[in-house]
Amino acid sequence: MLEKRCDVAVIGSGPAGLAAAIAAKEAGAQDVVIIERDVELGGILLQCVHNGFGLEIFKEDLTGPEYAYRFIERAKEVGVEALVDTFVLDLTPLREIYAINKRDGMIKLDARAVVLAMGCRERPRGALAIPGFRPAGVYTAGTAQRLVNIEGYMPGERFVILGSGDIGMIMARRLTFEGAKVERMIEILPYVSGLRRNYVQCVLDYDIPLQLRHTVTFVKGHDRVEAVVSSEVDENWQPIPGTEETIPCDTLLLSVGLIPENELSKKAGVQLDPLTGGPYVDETMQTNVPGIFAAGNVVHVYDLVDWVTQAGYLAGRHAGEYAIQRRKESGRRLRVVAGDNVHHVVPHVFDPLSLEREPQELQFRVRHPVEAPVWIKVEADGKLVKQKKERYVRPSEMIMLKLSPEDYDKIAGARELSVRVEEKE
Amino acid sequence: MEEIKEEYKEVKGKYDVIIIGAGLVGAVIARWLSKYELDILLIDKEPDVGTGTSKANTAIVHAGYDSPFGTLRGKLVVKGNRMFYPMCEELDVPYKMCGTYVVALTDEDMKTLERLMENGRKKGVPGLEIISGEEMRHREPLINPEVKGALYAPTGGISDPFALTVAAAENAVMNGVKLMLETKALDFVVEPFSLHKKRVRGVITNRGTFLADVTIASAGLYCDELMEKLGIKYDFYVRARKGEYYVFDKAKKDSVHTVLFPCPTPITKGILVTTTIFGNMILGPTAYELQDKEDTSVRPEGLKELREGAKRLVPSLEMTDVIRTFAGLRAGGYLHDFIIEAPAKYWGFINLAGIESPGMASSPAIAEYVVNLVREQGLELREKKNWNPIRKARPDFSELSPEEQARLIKKDPRYGRIVCRCETVTEGEIVAEIHAPVPARTYDALKRRTHLGMGRCQGSFDTPRVIEILSRELGIPPTQVIKERRGSNFLTRPTKEVPEGG
Amino acid sequence: MAVETTKLICITCPLGCELKVTHEGKRVLEVEGHQCKRGVEYAQQEISDPRRMIITTVRVKGGFHALVPVRSTEPVPKAKIFPILRKLREVELKAPVEMHQVVLANAEGTGIDVVTSRPLPAAN
Repeated sequence: MLEKRCDVAVIGSGPAGLAAAIAAKEAGAQDVVIIERDVELGGILLQCVHNGFGLEIFKEDLTGPEYAYRFIERAKEVGVEALVDTFVLDLTPLREIYAINKRDGMIKLDARAVVLAMGCRERPRGALAIPGFRPAGVYTAGTAQRLVNIEGYMPGERFVILGSGDIGMIMARRLTFEGAKVERMIEILPYVSGLRRNYVQCVLDYDIPLQLRHTVTFVKGHDRVEAVVSSEVDENWQPIPGTEETIPCDTLLLSVGLIPENELSKKAGVQLDPLTGGPYVDETMQTNVPGIFAAGNVVHVYDLVDWVTQAGYLAGRHAGEYAIQRRKESGRRLRVVAGDNVHHVVPHVFDPLSLEREPQELQFRVRHPVEAPVWIKVEADGKLVKQKKERYVRPSEMIMLKLSPEDYDKIAGARELSVRVEEKE
Repeated sequence: MEEIKEEYKEVKGKYDVIIIGAGLVGAVIARWLSKYELDILLIDKEPDVGTGTSKANTAIVHAGYDSPFGTLRGKLVVKGNRMFYPMCEELDVPYKMCGTYVVALTDEDMKTLERLMENGRKKGVPGLEIISGEEMRHREPLINPEVKGALYAPTGGISDPFALTVAAAENAVMNGVKLMLETKALDFVVEPFSLHKKRVRGVITNRGTFLADVTIASAGLYCDELMEKLGIKYDFYVRARKGEYYVFDKAKKDSVHTVLFPCPTPITKGILVTTTIFGNMILGPTAYELQDKEDTSVRPEGLKELREGAKRLVPSLEMTDVIRTFAGLRAGGYLHDFIIEAPAKYWGFINLAGIESPGMASSPAIAEYVVNLVREQGLELREKKNWNPIRKARPDFSELSPEEQARLIKKDPRYGRIVCRCETVTEGEIVAEIHAPVPARTYDALKRRTHLGMGRCQGSFDTPRVIEILSRELGIPPTQVIKERRGSNFLTRPTKEVPEGG
Repeated sequence: MAVETTKLICITCPLGCELKVTHEGKRVLEVEGHQCKRGVEYAQQEISDPRRMIITTVRVKGGFHALVPVRSTEPVPKAKIFPILRKLREVELKAPVEMHQVVLANAEGTGIDVVTSRPLPAAN
């Protein structure tokens, strides 16, 4: 197993993750690692080849890939370390990440702070329980987008799109551009659910028939989609009998909702809000688990990527600051070691600054009894801090020793505190 | 049925036994027969084993109290149940002997429980017990609080019919059985034999004619078409009964973890609220009779029936976190018994029909019964010295410890790439199944073996990657990758190859 | 020329004002329904010379991916969209490909270039 440590680990390299990694670095965090399950950085933006990104943040109209590359370049500039083609299997509340990839095998990454930026998944057909056959040719819009734009294959030729969300409308145009026919767009609400600009540029522009207050009530075709049945719905979204229409097609595309992807968050003990499906977060985007932050669609679904970037920056900055703080604290603390004739000492680690508040106590037991006077010596990196006379020492009797504010100067800056028993001459 | 071309009539091989249909029962029969020194051919018309009823059922290992004493089915389920779990051990197939419950909600129901108990006792079903409503509430907190009592069958359980079909077929192949997929039985080679009997000499398929001393038909839904070829009719036979199901997310809170049956009707055991071996709560099946044996569509009426039926057992059931619905067809008859016989009109032919519930639990006993029928058809059955009943499954990455996972990736880096995120399935596992003794050559074949695509995203993430892997490993263009059967292609063309006029 | 009224949805900003445009052929006489002057500009452009951004992909030989996303540097006249798309389908670039590499200069005589919108390295 490959074991690594880092200040900040960011899970996901979409817009939220990239922004978070950059902000963590800019906040002064040392090792910032971004973990991405796909073969390259960029997340979902790489398949969003259309424009409309960055209008708020850059005052420019960029495509998804252009937007992503602004941040990919910057991340490289500031020295973010990227682990691509790497999948996170587990995240513990102590911020230990278990991930795998082909090259390193199993990786254990101990992070001082984590930013969850896994985005969301699409609601599938099964979740809507759409009746009918289960042929090939039923896709969620995002999967179809990946096939068309990245893999380079068409999932079909004649499409019916269920849902007038942005992804559905964007795909309506995209598919039309690649020579397919979008027969119908069907929306259960009485209004278009995505952005108006998309409605104009993707649906109206290409004369794609849109049916509001309708839904798909049956899928036909045993091996491959042959048609879908569309029905009008009433105020309770129930199909109205007698309004069924069979629409011949070979593909059903679903754009029926995004669900924040929080399986990893659950593993880490992060509490989720049932209303959003994402973590409860405070104003710094920290979840209920100390040191675990979240940003972007994994928290709640955004409509503009520019605001995802903002959230990423916010979470990343605070994650960076959290990590720096932890680094300082652990750097400051001393190990407490059992020396000659000492079995063990409690506490095991000691922060000298605690002496500013009040005296601190070391508790220990000896290994062997000495029925004669002895010195108990407390040393910091070998230099005497204080000593105490005992008339005898026995394993059965615990010994306490107090360190006081006056001892601070002798202890601060040392790496190790030790307690030993020295027999008096 | 298809037209029989001239080239199909060419004799391509001769075997001792041909088994038509590599569903769960056919595969288990093949595995049992592979114990003997016989040349066996197992054929199936689809690109994978177990694509019919075997892949769409409730996966219950019945204890056997339900099927009537004195029927063949009643006898075989009790014997089969005893043999089932050890068989799963040998074949490395998941199973859980968790016990099953028939729930009584009324006094009438309680009488039914007593009837079932008596029937089961007569048949020798071990450990049957009628427990109180209070005890049932204790064992399943979500049960209808009005529960009056339940029949508890400790030898009932659940298993994985996909894994079992593949494992049994694999074990058969390991022991010398020849498996030919996409090979459809179209007709029989029949010769005169004696005054009252004809002889079945073999099978004509789309890949040629194969001769055999004994032909076994375990063709599930299609057994009636085969029987028709031989003029065998059973007057009560109903062709297909549809069972629809709901499947819930493994992470659903307030899930039922026990196997709950309502009181049975004459037609069906009813709509269960139960769990799959993978941890998903499921509701089903319905029991809708139909003629079209290709109609595996889920009906909205069926879904409504499921919701209403399930609410009787678990009134607090919320229909949230549904990840999928599906339907399966089972071939059954009103007489409610298995047909496993060598029809009197023929020599060299054994027919299986109507193997509906409790088919899976009975399968090892059915196989043994068929072995005897084969013996009666005049074949000498000499046991192989080196028959190996043990078949080991390939590693399931999601079940390994981190150290074992690390070691596996070191051995084969393809285990280091996750393809199905929801079920944690790696490229290494997928490649292993594509090249296994009973190879997976379609998306659904891989799904049944690795559980990819069975999670909450239902294939949204893995589909493009699986298509790529299948294309690469099979050496076919991505446009030829299919979901289950011929014609279920995922992709139509490369994006830039636009047809004329585009 | 007859005076007509056309309804448009402005797409300049997410508000999506519903505009009622009174025009004589390509000459805009009056715009109603806008909440800022960009709406008036949009109406004038849309009536006289409607334009759209070209967004698609082109094939890459020997690339890390089979396709690279491309865009027009500015919106092109609507009527030119499909002819340009057809031309782009015939293009095959050779990896490695740079960001904003020109894929089709002066597309269909519009004076507007189509460029890549990401870099694409060669397949490893």
